[in-house]
Amino acid sequence: MLYQIMDGDYGGSCGGCSEDMTVEFGYEPHVLAVDDNLIDRTLVEKLLKNSSCKVTTAENGLRALEFLGLGSDERNSLEGTVSKVNLVITDYCMPGMTGYELLKKIKESSVLKEVPVVIMSSENIPTRINQCLEEGAQMFMLKPLKQSDVKQLKRHLMKYRS
Amino acid sequence: MEVGQMQRRLVDYTKSLFMEGFLDAQFLQLQQLQDESNPDFVVEVVSLFFDDSEKLLNDLTMALDQPNVDFKKVDAHVHQLKGSSSSIGAQRVKNACIAFRSFCEEQNIDATLRCLQQVKQEYYLVKNKLETMLRLEQQIVAAGGSIPMIELGF
Repeated sequence: MLYQIMDGDYGGSCGGCSEDMTVEFGYEPHVLAVDDNLIDRTLVEKLLKNSSCKVTTAENGLRALEFLGLGSDERNSLEGTVSKVNLVITDYCMPGMTGYELLKKIKESSVLKEVPVVIMSSENIPTRINQCLEEGAQMFMLKPLKQSDVKQLKRHLMKYRS
Repeated sequence: MEVGQMQRRLVDYTKSLFMEGFLDAQFLQLQQLQDESNPDFVVEVVSLFFDDSEKLLNDLTMALDQPNVDFKKVDAHVHQLKGSSSSIGAQRVKNACIAFRSFCEEQNIDATLRCLQQVKQEYYLVKNKLETMLRLEQQIVAAGGSIPMIELGF
């Protein structure tokens, strides 16, 4: 199940076309997947790789920020204006820094604020979903994730990119 | 036993796990992720689940054995277990965790202890079933056969 902010008339599925688009565009986005649960990390990594994504995983918000170059020691170390990832997908419930807090930090960064952030959660809580979407999350996805969710995410991402 | 017979036995066994609610459709998602580049994906993820769950069950046992139970901590562990069991399709474990969490919220020590027993029971049941299923698969592959895909048509 996906909740998303839609620009334009994306809506609905186009079940048969995802593989064609991958082949045609050869688009291999680099995705940073953040989740404190090892099983979920393993699963999301495989789902993303099956959709021809390059994947880096992180087990918490701090590690994610370090990878993105926003770690506490690296405040001024971001060079240039290009982010090394095309998408961040993060679990909401994590100890320490929640996915929402991670989202906020990314959106506050001048270099990274354009990077789409997707939030995942096992809990379907409308106030939580709205809070994330209002803070700029591209999408909110309910766990457990299925291959069809990730394929739809990738199609959405490619449209967003163009 | 010849390969065809083994395959039929596996299909029947796997179907029974779905019928009896041990596994749900999410498990099929796992199986569909297994391919030539990752031929042991299901075994790997299931093994991770076993290790992770056993650790969580130990943590839960200890947490509920304290003189002053920290229900927030207990709930956090159950939330993890609920998440992993849901992600691999271990439906009965997941459902037991859902019940467990509601009693954590009530801070009901007797009920949470009962829930822990229930979750343990469901976990060991599904562990046993999955190990049996994976063993059947191994036997088929060792005999040169392929693992039939299950269609959930019911």
